[in-house]
Amino acid sequence: MSFLELTDVQKRFGDTTAVEGFNLAAEKGEFVSFLGPSGCGKTTTLRMIAGFEQPTSGTIRINDEDVTYRSPNKRNVGMVFQSYALFPNMTVADNIGFGLKVRKRPKDQIKKRVAELLEIVNLPDKGARYPYQLSGGQQQRVALARALAFEPQVLLLDEPLSALDAKIRVALRHEIRSIQRQLGITTVYVTHDQEEALSLSDRVVVMSEGRMEQVGTPFEIYNFPSTAFVASFVGTLNVLPGVVVDASRGELTIAGQPVRLGHAFEGSAGREIRVALRPEMVQLGPGENGTNRLTGKVGDVSFLGSIVRIRLALGESGPTVVLDVFNEPTLRLPQLGDTATVRFPQDGPLVLDPKAPVESVEALIAEA
Amino acid sequence: MKLSRIFSWVIFILGVLYFLLPLYATLEFSLRTKVPFVAYTNVLFKDPQFAGSLIYSAIVGVITILVSLLIIVPTAYWVRLRLPRLRPVVEFVTLLPFVIPPVILAFGLLRAYAGPPLPLTGTDFGLNILVVAAYVVLSFPYMYRAVDSGLQAINVRTLTEAAQSMGAGWTRILISVIFPNIRVALLSGAFLTLAIVIGEYTIASFLVRPAFGPYLALLGRDKAFEPAAVTIISFGLTWMAMGMIALLGRGSRQRVQVAGAR
Ligand SMILES: Nc1ncnc2c1ncn2[C@@H]1O[C@H](COP(=O)(O)OP(=O)(O)OP(=O)(O)O)[C@@H](O)[C@H]1O
Ligand SMILES: [Mg+2]
Repeated sequence: MSFLELTDVQKRFGDTTAVEGFNLAAEKGEFVSFLGPSGCGKTTTLRMIAGFEQPTSGTIRINDEDVTYRSPNKRNVGMVFQSYALFPNMTVADNIGFGLKVRKRPKDQIKKRVAELLEIVNLPDKGARYPYQLSGGQQQRVALARALAFEPQVLLLDEPLSALDAKIRVALRHEIRSIQRQLGITTVYVTHDQEEALSLSDRVVVMSEGRMEQVGTPFEIYNFPSTAFVASFVGTLNVLPGVVVDASRGELTIAGQPVRLGHAFEGSAGREIRVALRPEMVQLGPGENGTNRLTGKVGDVSFLGSIVRIRLALGESGPTVVLDVFNEPTLRLPQLGDTATVRFPQDGPLVLDPKAPVESVEALIAEA
Repeated sequence: MKLSRIFSWVIFILGVLYFLLPLYATLEFSLRTKVPFVAYTNVLFKDPQFAGSLIYSAIVGVITILVSLLIIVPTAYWVRLRLPRLRPVVEFVTLLPFVIPPVILAFGLLRAYAGPPLPLTGTDFGLNILVVAAYVVLSFPYMYRAVDSGLQAINVRTLTEAAQSMGAGWTRILISVIFPNIRVALLSGAFLTLAIVIGEYTIASFLVRPAFGPYLALLGRDKAFEPAAVTIISFGLTWMAMGMIALLGRGSRQRVQVAGAR
């Protein structure tokens, strides 16, 4: 029996369906992320678990109890908001102790627990401060401590780090994860940042337009995306639109530029298809004759530590190719707006089956 | 730069004069009696109606504030939280006292409550209830606006949800989270209400209440110097009340801020 179970959950707001067919079974202590683009229903699902919204249909069970229509203050669920939502009129200690005070715990017990949590979130001497006297990162730690103080059954976090700047974001997310592990609390984490979801979670739920696209471990999601959406949203698998020139000879065009595959594929000439291309297959520079080349404008160069990720736009509003380059001191990187050529081998691209795009990119990738 | 400074000082001084000159004139006039200060001693020590009516109005004012807060705060809170589309409607309803003259309100009350099912005009107690009820209505425009702007300044919805997720019910949310965070707004609403109630004339005299407004009017008709003295006294009292509210409004937050800035 799973600890947190959502069964066939659906939520409609008037005519719009925010969430549908949502099924999830999370084990106790599991860290699950909801990942998806803006408006895909992540927050709505989270709010249904918290009790702020009620599903139009379906059930939500926590620890084998049906809580679908239970009011939020009876659910024993901790919530961390993007905007911190600390009570401005209370000190940090009072904020953290609020849940315990509501539960009428004795004063000395509250004090002890508050001190404990301040220690856990690394703010041992900030108890007497007011929220406005803390930095954003500190405030979010307090919010985390506050959500954990009353030992909730489930911890919910809705993009808790997106109001913080990049460096704190990375540090704090590891901290959140280690605290979560330490306390063994079942956690649902909402984010639209794939790196965050992949690096933190036991399992990731990728969502799109109110539906679950795929549920799996970060490894599965990244390496074996089961739908074209997951493939393009998660990881940096390039999914490029192409047009068949001569399928039997493996010829097609991508953004008007000729590409030749090492094998034949199906499709009549002029047909629009999609091609998947892993970033690690793509290299900078034109290379030798016989390899495939694409030329475009450098749209973005971002350092990710040991690698540098480059985005190349093929044409004005055309597709982009993402490629990773190892960061070496001798490396001469293209500048933003430069025209650059990249190359990839003939057996690099995978043609996605247009009729069943959802089917298995997985098989194709395994094949490659 | 320099010129604009001079200009702002000129404006400031003009403003001060505009407020202080009439006050000074009143003060000066109230002291023109043969024996100085006799107008004041007359009012303060020889006229039991002065203190009586002032205390009556103050008590009515305080009760009015409490009732008004109890009605307005939950209403404004709920409208912000759950019925944001109804906000213009509620705002319009609270503005009605500006549209309907107090005379009509007073007449309406007298007619509606003269007989069954709720005969309130027969007894002093009943009339007191009516006057408080009428003042509560009069306070709506000020109270609603003050409370609503206070609520606007805090993130009502997330704060509520945060408190809810920690197990708090509605009463606790209102008392521990919402009220303290809009305290300054509540105080300004309360102060405006008090000022209106203490000076109110029409309804109090129609309902024959021993209030300060009618007393002041009566005094103005019968005496020469005393009205001026009362004006000065009530002005002083008003300032005292304002000072007290400002003191109350300085919560722990501001104190800490001052300490932190040092
Ligand atoms: N209270 C509401 N009334 C009407 N529609 C709503 C309401 N809340 C959400 N929606 C709609 O439901 C859909 C899902 O919204 P939701 O907030 O869950 O998205 P999200 O995945 O959290 O997006 P984001 O990353 O931008 O926060 C959206 O189309 C949104 O417009
Ligand atoms: Mg959201």
